[in-house]
Amino acid sequence: MSTIYILWLRQLKRYFRSRSRIIGSLGQPVLFLVALGFGLGPTFQKAGQGNYIQFLVPGIVAMSVLFTAVFSGIEIIWDRQFGFLKETLVAPVTRMEIMIGRTIGGATVAMIQGCIVFVISFFAGFRPLGAGNLAFAFVFMFLTAVLFTALGTAIASRLEDMQGFQLIMNFLIMPLFFLSGALFPLNNLPPVLKVIIAVNPLSYGVDGMRGALEGVSHFGLATDFGVLTVMALVILAIGSYLFSKIQL
Amino acid sequence: MNDTIISVDHLTKKFNDFTAVNDISFSVEKGEIVAFLGPNGAGKTTTIKMLTTLLVPTSGAVLLNGSDVVTHQEDARRTFGIVFQDPSLDDELTAWENLEFHGVLYGVPKNIRRPRIEELMKFVELWDRRNALVKTFSGGMKRRLEIARGLLHHPKIFFLDEPTIGLDPQTRNAMWDYVIDLNKKEQITIFFTTHYIEEAEKVAERIIVIDYGKIVATGTPDELKTRTQTNTLEEAFLKYTGHAIRDEDASASDRMRLRRRMHH
Repeated sequence: MSTIYILWLRQLKRYFRSRSRIIGSLGQPVLFLVALGFGLGPTFQKAGQGNYIQFLVPGIVAMSVLFTAVFSGIEIIWDRQFGFLKETLVAPVTRMEIMIGRTIGGATVAMIQGCIVFVISFFAGFRPLGAGNLAFAFVFMFLTAVLFTALGTAIASRLEDMQGFQLIMNFLIMPLFFLSGALFPLNNLPPVLKVIIAVNPLSYGVDGMRGALEGVSHFGLATDFGVLTVMALVILAIGSYLFSKIQL
Repeated sequence: MNDTIISVDHLTKKFNDFTAVNDISFSVEKGEIVAFLGPNGAGKTTTIKMLTTLLVPTSGAVLLNGSDVVTHQEDARRTFGIVFQDPSLDDELTAWENLEFHGVLYGVPKNIRRPRIEELMKFVELWDRRNALVKTFSGGMKRRLEIARGLLHHPKIFFLDEPTIGLDPQTRNAMWDYVIDLNKKEQITIFFTTHYIEEAEKVAERIIVIDYGKIVATGTPDELKTRTQTNTLEEAFLKYTGHAIRDEDASASDRMRLRRRMHH
Protein backbone atom coordinates (compact mmCIF):
# COMPACT_ATOMS: atom_id res chain seq x y z
CA MET A 1 0.00 0.00 0.00
CA SER A 2 2.75 2.44 0.92
CA THR A 3 4.50 1.49 -2.32
CA ILE A 4 1.47 2.50 -4.33
CA TYR A 5 1.14 5.69 -2.31
CA ILE A 6 4.74 6.78 -2.79
CA LEU A 7 4.58 6.10 -6.54
CA TRP A 8 1.36 8.10 -6.74
CA LEU A 9 2.89 10.92 -4.74
CA ARG A 10 5.91 10.99 -7.02
CA GLN A 11 3.71 11.42 -10.09
CA LEU A 12 1.84 14.29 -8.46
CA LYS A 13 5.00 16.04 -7.34
CA ARG A 14 6.49 15.76 -10.78
CA TYR A 15 3.30 17.12 -12.29
CA PHE A 16 2.96 20.12 -10.03
CA ARG A 17 6.63 20.98 -10.47
CA SER A 18 6.47 21.12 -14.23
CA ARG A 19 4.42 24.29 -14.55
CA SER A 20 5.42 24.77 -18.15
CA ARG A 21 4.01 21.35 -18.91
CA ILE A 22 0.71 22.15 -17.21
CA ILE A 23 0.35 25.43 -19.04
CA GLY A 24 1.65 24.00 -22.29
CA SER A 25 -0.84 21.18 -22.30
CA LEU A 26 -3.69 23.60 -21.65
CA GLY A 27 -2.93 25.44 -24.88
CA GLN A 28 -4.42 22.82 -27.13
CA PRO A 29 -7.77 22.35 -25.37
CA VAL A 30 -8.24 26.07 -24.99
CA LEU A 31 -7.50 26.56 -28.67
CA PHE A 32 -10.00 23.86 -29.61
CA LEU A 33 -12.58 25.35 -27.30
CA VAL A 34 -12.20 28.84 -28.68
CA ALA A 35 -11.60 28.08 -32.35
CA LEU A 36 -14.11 25.28 -32.72
CA GLY A 37 -16.52 26.25 -30.00
CA PHE A 38 -16.98 29.81 -31.11
CA GLY A 39 -16.05 29.24 -34.74
CA LEU A 40 -18.49 26.43 -35.45
CA GLY A 41 -21.02 27.42 -32.83
CA PRO A 42 -23.32 29.46 -35.13
CA THR A 43 -23.35 26.75 -37.82
CA PHE A 44 -24.07 24.09 -35.22
CA GLN A 45 -26.94 26.13 -33.89
CA LYS A 46 -28.35 26.73 -37.35
CA ALA A 47 -28.29 23.01 -38.05
CA GLY A 48 -30.62 22.65 -35.12
CA GLN A 49 -28.13 20.89 -32.85
CA GLY A 50 -28.24 23.41 -30.01
CA ASN A 51 -25.37 25.08 -28.19
CA TYR A 52 -22.02 23.82 -29.52
CA ILE A 53 -20.01 24.85 -26.45
CA GLN A 54 -22.29 22.69 -24.32
CA PHE A 55 -21.76 19.84 -26.75
CA LEU A 56 -18.03 20.33 -27.19
CA VAL A 57 -16.81 20.72 -23.61
CA PRO A 58 -17.10 17.05 -22.59
CA GLY A 59 -15.14 16.19 -25.75
CA ILE A 60 -12.42 18.69 -24.99
CA VAL A 61 -12.18 17.53 -21.38
CA ALA A 62 -11.90 13.96 -22.66
CA MET A 63 -9.12 15.10 -24.98
CA SER A 64 -7.14 16.62 -22.12
CA VAL A 65 -7.62 13.49 -20.07
CA LEU A 66 -6.59 11.33 -23.03
CA PHE A 67 -3.41 13.26 -23.81
CA THR A 68 -2.32 13.68 -20.22
CA ALA A 69 -3.06 10.07 -19.36
CA VAL A 70 -1.20 8.56 -22.31
CA PHE A 71 1.66 10.93 -21.69
CA SER A 72 1.86 9.95 -18.00
CA GLY A 73 2.00 6.32 -18.99
CA ILE A 74 4.64 6.97 -21.61
CA GLU A 75 6.78 8.74 -19.03
CA ILE A 76 8.23 5.34 -18.24
CA ILE A 77 10.40 5.84 -21.29
CA TRP A 78 11.94 8.85 -19.60
CA ASP A 79 12.43 6.90 -16.43
CA ARG A 80 14.19 4.30 -18.52
CA GLN A 81 16.40 6.83 -20.26
CA PHE A 82 17.26 8.76 -17.13
CA GLY A 83 17.90 5.54 -15.27
CA PHE A 84 15.30 5.92 -12.58
CA LEU A 85 13.38 2.88 -13.80
CA LYS A 86 16.26 0.67 -12.62
CA GLU A 87 15.91 2.03 -9.11
CA THR A 88 12.26 1.03 -9.13
CA LEU A 89 12.82 -2.35 -10.72
CA VAL A 90 15.46 -3.59 -8.27
CA ALA A 91 13.31 -2.65 -5.29
CA PRO A 92 11.68 -5.52 -3.40
CA VAL A 93 8.18 -4.77 -4.64
CA THR A 94 6.11 -6.52 -7.27
CA ARG A 95 5.78 -5.12 -10.75
CA MET A 96 2.04 -5.19 -10.18
CA GLU A 97 2.36 -2.70 -7.33
CA ILE A 98 4.52 -0.45 -9.46
CA MET A 99 2.04 -0.67 -12.29
CA ILE A 100 -0.92 0.16 -10.03
CA GLY A 101 0.88 3.03 -8.33
CA ARG A 102 1.94 4.53 -11.61
CA THR A 103 -1.47 4.12 -13.20
CA ILE A 104 -3.34 5.70 -10.31
CA GLY A 105 -0.77 8.49 -10.22
CA GLY A 106 -1.04 9.11 -13.95
CA ALA A 107 -4.82 8.93 -13.82
CA THR A 108 -4.92 11.45 -10.98
CA VAL A 109 -2.75 13.85 -12.94
CA ALA A 110 -4.96 13.39 -16.00
CA MET A 111 -8.04 14.12 -13.92
CA ILE A 112 -6.54 17.28 -12.49
CA GLN A 113 -5.79 18.39 -16.01
CA GLY A 114 -9.35 17.57 -17.03
CA CYS A 115 -10.69 19.58 -14.10
CA ILE A 116 -8.63 22.61 -15.06
CA VAL A 117 -10.14 22.44 -18.55
CA PHE A 118 -13.57 22.14 -16.97
CA VAL A 119 -12.98 25.30 -15.00
CA ILE A 120 -11.76 27.12 -18.09
CA SER A 121 -14.81 25.98 -20.01
CA PHE A 122 -17.03 27.74 -17.48
CA PHE A 123 -15.52 30.99 -18.65
CA ALA A 124 -16.37 29.99 -22.21
CA GLY A 125 -19.99 29.73 -21.16
CA PHE A 126 -20.34 26.06 -20.37
CA ARG A 127 -22.92 25.08 -17.72
CA PRO A 128 -23.61 21.54 -16.49
CA LEU A 129 -27.16 20.53 -15.59
CA GLY A 130 -26.35 20.42 -11.89
CA ALA A 131 -23.67 19.68 -9.32
CA GLY A 132 -24.65 16.03 -9.14
CA ASN A 133 -24.08 15.74 -12.89
CA LEU A 134 -20.58 17.06 -12.43
CA ALA A 135 -19.82 14.40 -9.83
CA PHE A 136 -21.21 11.75 -12.14
CA ALA A 137 -19.01 13.00 -14.96
CA PHE A 138 -15.97 12.44 -12.75
CA VAL A 139 -16.68 8.73 -12.70
CA PHE A 140 -16.35 8.62 -16.49
CA MET A 141 -13.38 10.89 -16.38
CA PHE A 142 -11.67 8.58 -13.93
CA LEU A 143 -12.33 5.47 -16.00
CA THR A 144 -11.06 7.21 -19.12
CA ALA A 145 -7.96 8.37 -17.25
CA VAL A 146 -7.15 4.89 -15.93
CA LEU A 147 -7.73 3.27 -19.30
CA PHE A 148 -5.42 5.57 -21.20
CA THR A 149 -2.69 5.75 -18.56
CA ALA A 150 -2.56 1.98 -18.71
CA LEU A 151 -2.46 2.16 -22.49
CA GLY A 152 0.46 4.59 -22.31
CA THR A 153 2.29 2.27 -19.94
CA ALA A 154 1.62 -0.71 -22.17
CA ILE A 155 3.03 1.11 -25.18
CA ALA A 156 6.00 2.49 -23.27
CA SER A 157 6.91 -0.97 -22.01
CA ARG A 158 7.62 -1.94 -25.60
CA LEU A 159 9.54 1.19 -26.58
CA GLU A 160 13.22 1.80 -25.95
CA ASP A 161 13.23 5.54 -26.50
CA MET A 162 11.14 8.50 -27.57
CA GLN A 163 11.71 7.92 -31.28
CA GLY A 164 8.40 6.16 -31.65
CA PHE A 165 6.54 8.92 -29.86
CA GLN A 166 5.56 10.88 -32.97
CA LEU A 167 4.26 7.71 -34.52
CA ILE A 168 2.04 7.03 -31.53
CA MET A 169 0.88 10.60 -31.42
CA ASN A 170 -0.13 10.71 -35.08
CA PHE A 171 -1.36 7.20 -35.62
CA LEU A 172 -2.93 6.40 -32.29
CA ILE A 173 -3.68 9.35 -30.04
CA MET A 174 -4.89 11.78 -32.69
CA PRO A 175 -7.18 9.24 -34.40
CA LEU A 176 -8.50 8.16 -31.00
CA PHE A 177 -9.45 11.74 -30.32
CA PHE A 178 -10.79 12.79 -33.71
CA LEU A 179 -12.73 9.57 -34.24
CA SER A 180 -14.44 9.53 -30.86
CA GLY A 181 -17.36 11.85 -31.31
CA ALA A 182 -15.61 14.45 -29.20
CA LEU A 183 -16.15 17.07 -31.86
CA PHE A 184 -19.31 16.02 -33.70
CA PRO A 185 -22.63 14.29 -32.98
CA LEU A 186 -22.78 10.57 -33.73
CA ASN A 187 -26.09 10.61 -35.57
CA ASN A 188 -26.31 10.03 -39.32
CA LEU A 189 -22.64 9.18 -39.82
CA PRO A 190 -21.30 7.05 -42.70
CA PRO A 191 -21.27 3.36 -41.66
CA VAL A 192 -17.47 3.02 -41.73
CA LEU A 193 -17.06 5.92 -39.34
CA LYS A 194 -19.78 4.47 -37.15
CA VAL A 195 -17.87 1.21 -36.78
CA ILE A 196 -14.60 2.97 -36.05
CA ILE A 197 -16.24 5.11 -33.39
CA ALA A 198 -17.93 2.09 -31.85
CA VAL A 199 -14.61 0.27 -31.36
CA ASN A 200 -12.82 3.35 -30.04
CA PRO A 201 -12.91 3.22 -26.22
CA LEU A 202 -12.61 6.99 -25.98
CA SER A 203 -16.04 7.32 -27.64
CA TYR A 204 -17.57 5.81 -24.52
CA GLY A 205 -15.64 8.16 -22.26
CA VAL A 206 -16.81 11.18 -24.25
CA ASP A 207 -20.34 9.88 -24.46
CA GLY A 208 -20.43 9.03 -20.77
CA MET A 209 -19.25 12.46 -19.75
CA ARG A 210 -21.64 14.12 -22.14
CA GLY A 211 -24.49 11.97 -20.90
CA ALA A 212 -23.64 12.69 -17.28
CA LEU A 213 -23.37 16.43 -17.82
CA GLU A 214 -26.19 17.01 -20.21
CA GLY A 215 -28.51 14.10 -19.90
CA VAL A 216 -28.21 12.98 -23.53
CA SER A 217 -26.05 10.05 -24.47
CA HIS A 218 -25.66 8.12 -27.67
CA PHE A 219 -24.77 4.66 -26.38
CA GLY A 220 -26.52 4.92 -23.02
CA LEU A 221 -24.73 5.51 -19.73
CA ALA A 222 -24.83 1.88 -18.65
CA THR A 223 -23.12 0.82 -21.88
CA ASP A 224 -20.58 3.61 -21.54
CA PHE A 225 -19.80 2.59 -17.98
CA GLY A 226 -19.61 -1.11 -18.81
CA VAL A 227 -17.39 -0.73 -21.89
CA LEU A 228 -15.03 1.68 -20.14
CA THR A 229 -14.69 -0.51 -17.06
CA VAL A 230 -14.06 -3.68 -19.04
CA MET A 231 -11.63 -1.96 -21.40
CA ALA A 232 -9.79 -0.32 -18.51
CA LEU A 233 -9.35 -3.68 -16.82
CA VAL A 234 -8.26 -5.42 -20.01
CA ILE A 235 -5.69 -2.77 -20.89
CA LEU A 236 -4.51 -2.62 -17.30
CA ALA A 237 -3.93 -6.37 -17.46
CA ILE A 238 -2.09 -6.12 -20.80
CA GLY A 239 -0.06 -3.19 -19.51
CA SER A 240 0.87 -5.05 -16.33
CA TYR A 241 1.93 -8.05 -18.34
CA LEU A 242 4.10 -6.02 -20.73
CA PHE A 243 5.53 -3.99 -17.87
CA SER A 244 6.44 -7.15 -15.97
CA LYS A 245 8.41 -8.32 -19.02
CA ILE A 246 10.70 -5.29 -19.06
CA GLN A 247 14.36 -6.18 -18.76
CA LEU A 248 17.09 -3.60 -18.70
CA MET B 1 30.87 -22.86 2.76
CA ASN B 2 28.27 -21.53 5.20
CA ASP B 3 29.32 -17.97 4.75
CA THR B 4 28.83 -17.74 1.01
CA ILE B 5 26.66 -14.73 0.31
CA ILE B 6 26.87 -14.56 -3.47
CA SER B 7 26.88 -17.81 -5.33
CA VAL B 8 27.04 -17.82 -9.11
CA ASP B 9 26.64 -21.17 -10.76
CA HIS B 10 27.21 -21.77 -14.49
CA LEU B 11 25.69 -18.43 -15.35
CA THR B 12 25.12 -17.71 -19.06
CA LYS B 13 23.47 -14.86 -20.90
CA LYS B 14 22.89 -14.91 -24.62
CA PHE B 15 21.49 -12.10 -26.72
CA ASN B 16 20.38 -13.89 -29.87
CA ASP B 17 23.61 -15.38 -31.22
CA PHE B 18 25.87 -13.25 -29.04
CA THR B 19 27.00 -14.78 -25.75
CA ALA B 20 27.70 -11.93 -23.36
CA VAL B 21 28.33 -14.11 -20.33
CA ASN B 22 29.51 -17.61 -20.96
CA ASP B 23 29.07 -20.21 -18.22
CA ILE B 24 30.72 -18.41 -15.32
CA SER B 25 30.82 -19.65 -11.73
CA PHE B 26 32.18 -17.97 -8.63
CA SER B 27 31.23 -17.27 -5.07
CA VAL B 28 31.77 -14.42 -2.65
CA GLU B 29 32.05 -14.83 1.12
CA LYS B 30 30.18 -12.71 3.58
CA GLY B 31 32.13 -9.55 4.37
CA GLU B 32 34.47 -9.83 1.42
CA ILE B 33 35.44 -6.91 -0.81
CA VAL B 34 35.61 -8.16 -4.36
CA ALA B 35 36.55 -6.25 -7.49
CA PHE B 36 35.08 -7.48 -10.73
CA LEU B 37 37.38 -6.38 -13.52
CA GLY B 38 37.36 -6.70 -17.26
CA PRO B 39 37.83 -4.69 -20.44
CA ASN B 40 34.90 -2.90 -22.01
CA GLY B 41 32.24 -5.27 -23.27
CA ALA B 42 33.72 -8.21 -21.34
CA GLY B 43 30.40 -8.98 -19.65
CA LYS B 44 30.74 -7.09 -16.36
CA THR B 45 27.57 -5.07 -16.55
CA THR B 46 25.55 -7.95 -17.97
CA THR B 47 26.70 -10.07 -15.03
CA ILE B 48 25.81 -7.38 -12.50
CA LYS B 49 22.41 -6.98 -14.12
CA MET B 50 21.74 -10.68 -13.71
CA LEU B 51 22.99 -10.60 -10.13
CA THR B 52 20.62 -7.73 -9.37
CA THR B 53 17.50 -9.24 -11.04
CA LEU B 54 17.39 -6.75 -13.92
CA LEU B 55 18.16 -9.40 -16.51
CA VAL B 56 16.99 -12.98 -16.50
CA PRO B 57 19.86 -15.42 -17.16
CA THR B 58 19.68 -17.68 -20.20
CA SER B 59 20.88 -20.49 -17.97
CA GLY B 60 22.60 -21.02 -14.64
CA ALA B 61 21.69 -19.75 -11.21
CA VAL B 62 22.52 -16.94 -8.83
CA LEU B 63 21.89 -17.08 -5.09
CA LEU B 64 22.09 -13.95 -2.98
CA ASN B 65 22.18 -14.81 0.69
CA GLY B 66 20.49 -18.07 -0.28
CA SER B 67 17.72 -16.50 -2.36
CA ASP B 68 17.49 -17.33 -6.03
CA VAL B 69 17.37 -14.15 -8.14
CA VAL B 70 14.86 -15.66 -10.53
CA THR B 71 12.54 -17.68 -8.33
CA HIS B 72 12.76 -15.59 -5.15
CA GLN B 73 13.21 -12.17 -6.64
CA GLU B 74 11.86 -10.12 -3.79
CA ASP B 75 13.94 -11.84 -1.13
CA ALA B 76 16.99 -11.51 -3.33
CA ARG B 77 16.28 -7.82 -3.92
CA ARG B 78 16.03 -7.11 -0.23
CA THR B 79 19.56 -8.33 0.36
CA PHE B 80 21.42 -5.83 -1.77
CA GLY B 81 21.91 -2.16 -2.39
CA ILE B 82 23.31 -0.93 -5.67
CA VAL B 83 24.99 2.05 -7.23
CA PHE B 84 24.47 1.82 -10.96
CA GLN B 85 26.96 2.77 -13.61
CA ASP B 86 24.60 5.40 -15.02
CA PRO B 87 22.68 7.91 -12.94
CA SER B 88 19.42 6.55 -11.58
CA LEU B 89 17.95 9.38 -9.53
CA ASP B 90 14.73 11.23 -10.18
CA ASP B 91 15.94 14.68 -11.20
CA GLU B 92 12.57 16.27 -10.56
CA LEU B 93 12.56 15.23 -6.91
CA THR B 94 14.67 16.68 -4.14
CA ALA B 95 17.60 14.76 -2.68
CA TRP B 96 15.58 14.01 0.42
CA GLU B 97 12.57 12.86 -1.58
CA ASN B 98 14.73 10.46 -3.57
CA LEU B 99 15.88 8.82 -0.35
CA GLU B 100 12.40 8.85 1.13
CA PHE B 101 11.07 7.15 -2.00
CA HIS B 102 13.73 4.47 -1.73
CA GLY B 103 13.09 3.94 1.97
CA VAL B 104 9.38 3.46 1.41
CA LEU B 105 9.91 1.05 -1.49
CA TYR B 106 12.22 -1.02 0.70
CA GLY B 107 9.76 -0.99 3.56
CA VAL B 108 12.01 0.81 6.05
CA PRO B 109 9.69 2.02 8.84
CA LYS B 110 9.40 5.76 9.24
CA ASN B 111 10.92 5.95 12.72
CA ILE B 112 14.07 4.26 11.40
CA ARG B 113 13.95 5.77 7.93
CA ARG B 114 13.99 9.44 8.87
CA PRO B 115 17.05 9.38 11.19
CA ARG B 116 18.81 7.02 8.79
CA ILE B 117 18.28 9.41 5.88
CA GLU B 118 19.66 12.26 7.97
CA GLU B 119 22.67 10.23 9.05
CA LEU B 120 23.50 9.14 5.52
CA MET B 121 22.95 12.56 4.00
CA LYS B 122 25.20 14.10 6.59
CA PHE B 123 27.82 11.54 5.83
CA VAL B 124 27.80 12.27 2.09
CA GLU B 125 27.67 15.98 2.98
CA LEU B 126 24.41 16.67 1.24
CA TRP B 127 22.24 17.37 4.28
CA ASP B 128 22.37 21.11 3.62
CA ARG B 129 21.13 20.49 0.12
CA ARG B 130 18.42 18.05 1.07
CA ASN B 131 15.60 20.22 -0.25
CA ALA B 132 17.27 21.03 -3.56
CA LEU B 133 16.07 19.31 -6.70
CA VAL B 134 18.50 16.67 -7.86
CA LYS B 135 18.69 18.26 -11.31
CA THR B 136 20.65 21.10 -9.75
CA PHE B 137 23.33 18.68 -8.50
CA SER B 138 26.73 18.07 -10.05
CA GLY B 139 27.74 14.58 -11.16
CA GLY B 140 29.74 14.03 -7.99
CA MET B 141 26.87 15.08 -5.76
CA LYS B 142 24.52 12.73 -7.55
CA ARG B 143 26.95 9.88 -7.08
CA ARG B 144 27.21 10.60 -3.37
CA LEU B 145 23.47 10.68 -3.08
CA GLU B 146 23.20 7.35 -4.88
CA ILE B 147 25.66 5.83 -2.47
CA ALA B 148 23.63 7.10 0.46
CA ARG B 149 20.50 5.72 -1.15
CA GLY B 150 22.02 2.30 -1.80
CA LEU B 151 22.86 1.94 1.88
CA LEU B 152 19.59 3.22 3.27
CA HIS B 153 17.97 -0.15 3.83
CA HIS B 154 21.05 -1.74 5.46
CA PRO B 155 21.81 -4.16 2.61
CA LYS B 156 23.93 -7.24 3.21
CA ILE B 157 25.53 -6.86 -0.20
CA PHE B 158 26.52 -3.60 -1.82
CA PHE B 159 26.96 -3.66 -5.59
CA LEU B 160 28.87 -0.77 -7.09
CA ASP B 161 29.08 -0.63 -10.86
CA GLU B 162 31.82 1.85 -11.75
CA PRO B 163 30.96 3.95 -8.70
CA THR B 164 33.85 6.39 -8.96
CA ILE B 165 33.42 7.46 -12.58
CA GLY B 166 33.33 11.23 -12.71
CA LEU B 167 34.42 11.72 -9.11
CA ASP B 168 37.42 13.77 -8.10
CA PRO B 169 40.14 12.01 -6.07
CA GLN B 170 38.93 13.62 -2.84
CA THR B 171 35.41 12.29 -3.19
CA ARG B 172 36.69 8.97 -4.47
CA ASN B 173 38.91 8.47 -1.45
CA ALA B 174 36.25 9.60 0.97
CA MET B 175 33.80 7.23 -0.64
CA TRP B 176 36.08 4.23 -0.39
CA ASP B 177 37.02 5.11 3.19
CA TYR B 178 33.38 5.05 4.08
CA VAL B 179 32.63 1.87 2.18
CA ILE B 180 35.57 0.06 3.75
CA ASP B 181 34.58 1.32 7.17
CA LEU B 182 31.07 0.03 6.58
CA ASN B 183 32.44 -3.28 5.46
CA LYS B 184 34.44 -3.61 8.68
CA LYS B 185 31.70 -2.42 11.01
CA GLU B 186 28.62 -4.01 9.48
CA GLN B 187 30.18 -6.86 7.57
CA ILE B 188 28.61 -5.63 4.35
CA THR B 189 29.87 -7.55 1.35
CA ILE B 190 31.19 -5.25 -1.36
CA PHE B 191 31.13 -6.28 -5.00
CA PHE B 192 32.31 -3.61 -7.39
CA THR B 193 33.53 -2.99 -10.90
CA THR B 194 35.97 -0.27 -11.84
CA HIS B 195 38.19 0.94 -14.61
CA TYR B 196 40.73 2.25 -12.13
CA ILE B 197 42.87 -0.81 -11.58
CA GLU B 198 44.89 0.90 -8.85
CA GLU B 199 41.61 1.44 -7.02
CA ALA B 200 40.86 -2.26 -7.18
CA GLU B 201 44.36 -3.03 -5.96
CA LYS B 202 43.98 -0.72 -3.01
CA VAL B 203 40.48 -1.63 -1.96
CA ALA B 204 39.71 -5.19 -3.00
CA GLU B 205 40.63 -8.29 -1.06
CA ARG B 206 39.98 -10.43 -4.07
CA ILE B 207 39.88 -9.80 -7.80
CA ILE B 208 37.78 -11.60 -10.38
CA VAL B 209 38.78 -10.93 -13.98
CA ILE B 210 36.26 -11.50 -16.74
CA ASP B 211 36.97 -11.34 -20.46
CA TYR B 212 34.89 -12.34 -23.46
CA GLY B 213 32.21 -13.52 -21.04
CA LYS B 214 34.55 -15.96 -19.29
CA ILE B 215 36.32 -15.71 -15.97
CA VAL B 216 40.02 -15.67 -16.77
CA ALA B 217 41.50 -15.16 -13.31
CA THR B 218 40.57 -14.94 -9.67
CA GLY B 219 42.67 -14.33 -6.58
CA THR B 220 44.07 -11.67 -4.29
CA PRO B 221 45.92 -8.82 -6.00
CA ASP B 222 49.20 -10.34 -4.81
CA GLU B 223 48.33 -13.78 -6.12
CA LEU B 224 47.52 -12.39 -9.54
CA LYS B 225 50.77 -10.46 -9.65
CA THR B 226 52.78 -13.48 -8.57
CA ARG B 227 51.09 -15.75 -11.05
CA THR B 228 51.70 -13.41 -13.95
CA GLN B 229 55.13 -12.36 -12.64
CA THR B 230 54.24 -8.69 -12.84
CA ASN B 231 54.75 -5.79 -10.46
CA THR B 232 51.41 -4.10 -10.60
CA LEU B 233 47.85 -5.30 -10.83
CA GLU B 234 47.45 -3.30 -14.01
CA GLU B 235 50.21 -5.27 -15.70
CA ALA B 236 48.70 -8.48 -14.43
CA PHE B 237 45.32 -7.39 -15.78
CA LEU B 238 46.82 -6.69 -19.19
CA LYS B 239 48.56 -10.07 -19.18
CA TYR B 240 45.22 -11.75 -18.61
CA THR B 241 43.18 -9.74 -21.04
CA GLY B 242 45.68 -8.75 -23.74
CA HIS B 243 46.40 -5.34 -25.17
CA ALA B 244 43.82 -5.22 -27.92
CA ILE B 245 41.45 -2.26 -27.62
CA ARG B 246 37.83 -3.22 -27.22
CA ASP B 247 34.64 -1.94 -28.60
CA GLU B 248 34.09 1.17 -26.54
CA ASP B 249 30.56 2.03 -27.46
CA ALA B 250 27.95 -0.52 -26.59
CA SER B 251 27.21 -2.99 -23.88
CA ALA B 252 25.83 -6.34 -24.92
CA SER B 253 22.24 -5.33 -24.42
CA ASP B 254 22.76 -2.04 -26.25
CA ARG B 255 24.11 -4.01 -29.14
CA MET B 256 21.07 -6.24 -29.04
CA ARG B 257 18.82 -3.20 -29.06
CA LEU B 258 20.66 -1.72 -31.96
CA ARG B 259 20.30 -4.92 -33.86
CA ARG B 260 16.63 -5.12 -33.07
CA ARG B 261 16.13 -1.58 -34.28
CA MET B 262 17.98 -2.28 -37.51
CA HIS B 263 15.81 -5.28 -38.22
CA HIS B 264 12.58 -3.37 -37.92
